[in-house]
Amino acid sequence: MLMLEGPYSSRGDGSESGNPLQQAQGEAQPAIEVDALTFSYPDGRKALDGVSLTIREREKVALVGPNGAGKSTLLLHLNGILKGQGVVKIMGSEVGDGNLGLIRSQVGLVFQHPDDQLFSPTVLEDVAFGPLHMKLDEEEVRGRVKWALAQVGMAGFENRVSHHLSLGEKKRIAIATVLAMQPGILALDEPSGDLDPRARRGLIRLLRALPQTILVATHDMRLVKELLPRTVILDEGKVVVDGSTEELLEHTELLEKHGLEAP
Amino acid sequence: MTHFHALDQYQEGNSLVHRLDPRVKLVLTLAFVVAVTAVPHGVWVSLLLFLGTIAVIAALARVPPILIFRRSMIAIPFALAAITLVFTVDGTPLATLSVASRNVSITHQGTVAFASILTKSWLAVLAATVLATTTSFPDLVAAMRALRLPKVMVAIVSFMYRYIFIIADEALRLQRAREARSASPRSTAGGSLLWRTKILGGMIGSLFLRSYERSERIYSAMLSRGFDGTIRTMGAEKLRLSDLMISVTFIAYLLAVVALGTIYMEI
Ligand SMILES: Nc1ncnc2c1ncn2[C@@H]1O[C@H](COP(=O)(O)OP(=O)(O)OP(=O)(O)O)[C@@H](O)[C@H]1O
Ligand SMILES: [Mg+2]
Repeated sequence: MLMLEGPYSSRGDGSESGNPLQQAQGEAQPAIEVDALTFSYPDGRKALDGVSLTIREREKVALVGPNGAGKSTLLLHLNGILKGQGVVKIMGSEVGDGNLGLIRSQVGLVFQHPDDQLFSPTVLEDVAFGPLHMKLDEEEVRGRVKWALAQVGMAGFENRVSHHLSLGEKKRIAIATVLAMQPGILALDEPSGDLDPRARRGLIRLLRALPQTILVATHDMRLVKELLPRTVILDEGKVVVDGSTEELLEHTELLEKHGLEAP
Repeated sequence: MTHFHALDQYQEGNSLVHRLDPRVKLVLTLAFVVAVTAVPHGVWVSLLLFLGTIAVIAALARVPPILIFRRSMIAIPFALAAITLVFTVDGTPLATLSVASRNVSITHQGTVAFASILTKSWLAVLAATVLATTTSFPDLVAAMRALRLPKVMVAIVSFMYRYIFIIADEALRLQRAREARSASPRSTAGGSLLWRTKILGGMIGSLFLRSYERSERIYSAMLSRGFDGTIRTMGAEKLRLSDLMISVTFIAYLLAVVALGTIYMEI
């Protein structure tokens, strides 16, 4: 099922083209800008404490840190699901009440548990949900569903019932649900958790081939090493390290200090 | 892992009945139930014809009659509530019982009314069973939507189908965890009643909390994909002419059977 050779080279309608492996160059525009972001949950728990971070277009960045560091909370700020104090800008425009529709079509957020992301009875309805709510016409929606499923190697799964899919299949389809919206930015929460080695390899290949700006919150340092050249460590709601993955992996004592392990 | 499958009545197939448009099947099933209800009490010819109809449809769908029969039994206990009719409808007494020094008569009319209601309920459930066995749940949901049932209601049914398995799986896991903890050598199997009651209360509470938290995450996932309070879905396909013809024919047949029953009553 998870044979991955080939499908990602298939091109769909008008999506970004270009060499997907190409990394951000110095002159690339900022895609995500977070400035002095602080957020507390209603119960008073301070989950983010003055986070600042800039990610440029086409960069692939890891967001790591121990349980409860605030990774998921930060991702939920990128498309305005949560609102803290401070500024979040997506492609140069500040996330606010007036432009949530636009922001949400630009930032594809993939939740940790596919059972939360896949809430429709069938795969088709789930992948179509985003494009339909972008008010695209039906023909376009069908085209995008087909294209997005092909991108994740799940072509022909339209009429499958989500409940009966394997976890690896669900994770891929969860990614397809946001790819169908053709966002410029992908934010993934723990995409490789619970995957078997083969499904995990497939996922890495899939993400590597995607042309988008990608931010991945994860504990999987092997995935970080193989896929994400830049790493941001979050601990207790603060950015404590931001730099090249390769260099970071040398500093085992730094990793251990923040509850991480070199692969 | 063990899954919970009670809602999955659907049996894959490629028969004429399976291929019939789900909208048509839903409407015809409702029409069938209405027709069964419209037959006067005690007109067994019509009810027998309806039973034959179900049998023919089940045969066409190639689903084992025993399966349909077994599944349809689920509703019988509810229909038994009509048993009081046997005593309360006035008419020719068949037998008189003495209950607590009062005479209660079982009447002919009452018995007929009760037997008719029991049969009619059973026929209605049979029809619903055939529908559920030959139509997948997502197709049924789409059919409800296409028939313009209120969107929120359809969405609730759709979420229920999607998440009942997951919540049931969660309950199974909690139960297994309880069993694992009750394996202490000195206690009786399953623990004391008080202990089990306490644990059950805890399980229900934790299940509720988990479901509530899940609903929040699902809602966030919907918002993230552009949901703004209006449910948008793809339009339905056009009805095929053959499906339309089948509907018209079947409804004409239903009317004929009901008419037959009514005429039969008058003679
Ligand atoms: N809905 C909520 N209500 C209250 N507190 C919350 C809520 N969600 C998260 N928190 C708290 O906020 C902090 C940050 O949580 P978050 O989920 O962002 O961490 P994380 O880095 O994603 O952790 P993990 O690696 O376990 O996924 C934690 O202390 C957590 O307990
Ligand atoms: Mg998290």
